[in-house]
Amino acid sequence: MLDSSEGYTTADGRQIGGVLMEMKNITLRFGGVVAINDISFDIREGEIRAIIGPNGAGKSSMLNVISGFYTPSEGEVFYKGSKRPQMKPFEVARMGVARTFQNIALFEGMTVLDNVMTGRLTHMHSGVFSQALWFGRARDEEMDNREKVERVIDFLEIQNIRKTPVGRLPYGLKKRVELARALAAEPSLLLLDEPMAGMNVEEKEDMSRFILDVNDEFGTTIALIEHDMGVVMDLSDRVVVMDYGKKIGDGTPDEVRGNQDVIDAYLGVSHD
Amino acid sequence: MAQSSEAAGDLRSVPALLRRNAARFGSRPAYREKEFGIWQSWSWSEAADEIEALALGLLKMGVQKGDFIAIIGRNRPYLYWSVVAAEMVGAIPVPLYQDAVAEEMAYVLDHCGAKLVIASDQEQVDKVIEIQDRLPEFERMIYLDPRGLRKYDHSALFAFDQVQAEGRAARSELGAELKAREEAIGYDDTCVMLYTSGTTGKPKGVVLSNRNIIETAKASCSFDHLSESEEVLAYLPMAWVGDFIFSIGQAYWAAFCVNCPESADTMMTDLREIAPSYYFAPPRVFETQLTQIMIRMEDSGKLKQKLFHYFLNHARGIGPRILDGHPVGALDRLKYRLGEFMVYGPLKNALGFSRVRVGYTAGEAIGPEIFDFYRALGINLKQLYGQTEASVFITQQPDGEVRSDTVGVPSPGVELKIGESGEVYYRSPGTFVEYYKNAESTADTKDPEGWVATGDAGFIEEDTGHLRIIDRAKDVGKMADGALFAPKYVENKLKFYPNILEAVVFGSGRDRCVAFINIDLTAVGNWAERNNIAYASYQELAQNREVLDTIQAHVEEVNASVAQDEMLSGCQIHRFFVLHKELDADDGELTRTRKVRRKIIAEKYADLVEGLYAGDDSVYTETEVTYEDGRKGKIKATLYAREPKVVPVTAKTLEAAE
Repeated sequence: MLDSSEGYTTADGRQIGGVLMEMKNITLRFGGVVAINDISFDIREGEIRAIIGPNGAGKSSMLNVISGFYTPSEGEVFYKGSKRPQMKPFEVARMGVARTFQNIALFEGMTVLDNVMTGRLTHMHSGVFSQALWFGRARDEEMDNREKVERVIDFLEIQNIRKTPVGRLPYGLKKRVELARALAAEPSLLLLDEPMAGMNVEEKEDMSRFILDVNDEFGTTIALIEHDMGVVMDLSDRVVVMDYGKKIGDGTPDEVRGNQDVIDAYLGVSHD
Repeated sequence: MAQSSEAAGDLRSVPALLRRNAARFGSRPAYREKEFGIWQSWSWSEAADEIEALALGLLKMGVQKGDFIAIIGRNRPYLYWSVVAAEMVGAIPVPLYQDAVAEEMAYVLDHCGAKLVIASDQEQVDKVIEIQDRLPEFERMIYLDPRGLRKYDHSALFAFDQVQAEGRAARSELGAELKAREEAIGYDDTCVMLYTSGTTGKPKGVVLSNRNIIETAKASCSFDHLSESEEVLAYLPMAWVGDFIFSIGQAYWAAFCVNCPESADTMMTDLREIAPSYYFAPPRVFETQLTQIMIRMEDSGKLKQKLFHYFLNHARGIGPRILDGHPVGALDRLKYRLGEFMVYGPLKNALGFSRVRVGYTAGEAIGPEIFDFYRALGINLKQLYGQTEASVFITQQPDGEVRSDTVGVPSPGVELKIGESGEVYYRSPGTFVEYYKNAESTADTKDPEGWVATGDAGFIEEDTGHLRIIDRAKDVGKMADGALFAPKYVENKLKFYPNILEAVVFGSGRDRCVAFINIDLTAVGNWAERNNIAYASYQELAQNREVLDTIQAHVEEVNASVAQDEMLSGCQIHRFFVLHKELDADDGELTRTRKVRRKIIAEKYADLVEGLYAGDDSVYTETEVTYEDGRKGKIKATLYAREPKVVPVTAKTLEAAE
């Protein structure tokens, strides 16, 4: 466990910075159900942080708290050093948090390009009028944004489907388009909700490569939820393990792998 | 054509051509590449500046005259510049196939002893790093795309733009040295070394001189009247001699623009956007495109389908005649114009062929139907015959003399002769210098007078002077009566039918020919479904009576067409089996590139071959097969022989049959 706010160096020599987001004693209740029970952990600048756990452990709820979609019943979220007030999701997005969804949420009828362009919305400031007539500021802004989007398209190697409606794409590519849209927002924190779910081995390998490259090229901090243990252990710098809403482990993949509670949670022991 | 009449004079190397183009066509586009969704372009003077900066950078790194520089990656302007920059400093560029696995790359890099490698991206860099321990002469590597390479050890790894920047900074210091090196390049110095992918044995390094490349480019540019206003799309592997001639030799001679696609997957879109005026593709590309058109037309509305088929039928009759300049009636011409407006034009536009003035296909036989389809649309598609050792061109078809069964007349400057065994020999200014470090193979292929054996058997048509290739020389044999036996010639004719996937013809040393045929499961299965024919397995479908009837009809048509050929009329198929299993590379029956291994098949199915010759109506057989996971099993089947009609032609075959 890390205590200092100074950061650390990863096994492959990357320098990880100070705390970007800190969750302090988060509890989330839905009526009588306690989805998250008094969990604290932090996400540091430049790291790949994974949240894992068996089904129903509360991982997606945790991600929704981070993204601001859920407001915790108790506890506080600190972002870039200051306490984050209750916010609407779009306000969180403006603060530099972007995400992908477990069950893909793209505009099916729109082309890949248009979908990725929507990721730039938080960076557009021109009025409805000039956008409708496409002149002046709207025009300059669009060209500027389009260039940024093209760089993301190039990065994720989806040039060949640029003009294809998303509805016609296979599942694996849709996942990649979703990642593209999130990246287009130039986030400082990228949240990935099961980025590899339902993919075959080759698609998983591609996606892993992209996640590592995003982190490497842009220095983007990434928090992800994933079921595939092999992928998680290879990708992430630090792992939070949840079970029944509680945190049962936190540390590097190796530390977590040796943790008895974690082994029990995955192999199954009776809960009294 | 101003430049073709020009004496080669001082234009004795590719860098010299670059200097001329920068001076004369300075502001015309030389390279375009689509990146970030936009076509980025470089004029000839900009290209010359980039190439010079790179060459200076190479000098700064200490590249010596005669060093080998390997270049690996997909078609990108930067890599073409690398080729020319290497030549500029007196080094020898060796483009490699980017999809080669590390193992294959190790052989080639070690064989030429490359000291420097210019690689496009992380994938290629990784491959070279993996094998570098086995490359005693390898020293350094330059990479293009920095992605993923940040954490690599950079003691022997350099970024492309960094090398250029250092070259620019050292211009005053090294400019004179570069000039001296450039001027020292002789006409007979090596221009490039290309490895042939060789179906047998190790790849051979074909050394081509400046003379080879420039003379070939000059002759072929004037043959097809290529000028500086052509547009080409560079999408075939840079290690292939064709790409070198089209994208460097001819492009530099005629000063036309080379366009590079955004990625391998966007090729078709980029083709449409560029609409090249000069285009090359192997037959399978044309085949796939045609299949796609036909499938998409079946999904379109009734009216569109009717229009399409009506005008296409018209074009099939008239289009090739118009292209060849034959007289065509005014009414037909008018109808063709209307078709151009309604169907052909939009179709060509969708394919990216709106502006094709000269199109070539080569490499293997192209189905006459496919060939005629494109020509009917008014696309000037022609065939050429060539090989790496000839700097591509041996024969090509002149405008107005295009047929699907010949490969054309000798290219300008090329002499042809047919050996006693029927093998084709050529001699030309483009004939390669030698196989690198392989004097033995060089002597085997090229005789002291400069004649090169192609390894293909063919003949020259007396009345037209066109060359016709019939088969690989080693596969051509004689039948018992002395008639010529060319199995591939017949097999290709059979394979043009969509229902036939593969065919193997036997008959060498025999009195008549017999054949094995593989049905195409997709095509035949589709047909069976539409006609409510139930079948449980491939095996069952293959022996279905109606399927056999269809195949027999195809074979009879082929026999009729073979019979028209005097020399090959003996190759008609007298009996055949439709095989109970698909020929497969896993069973060693095909090579990995799907070429038939005749000898192995003849041994493995010896009982079936004998059955065909013995006149049995049916043969029971058991065949061992290898499953994909390596397990072995047996297929048992009873095959029914068919006897297609044979056209009696010459007295010769009749005698033999008696």
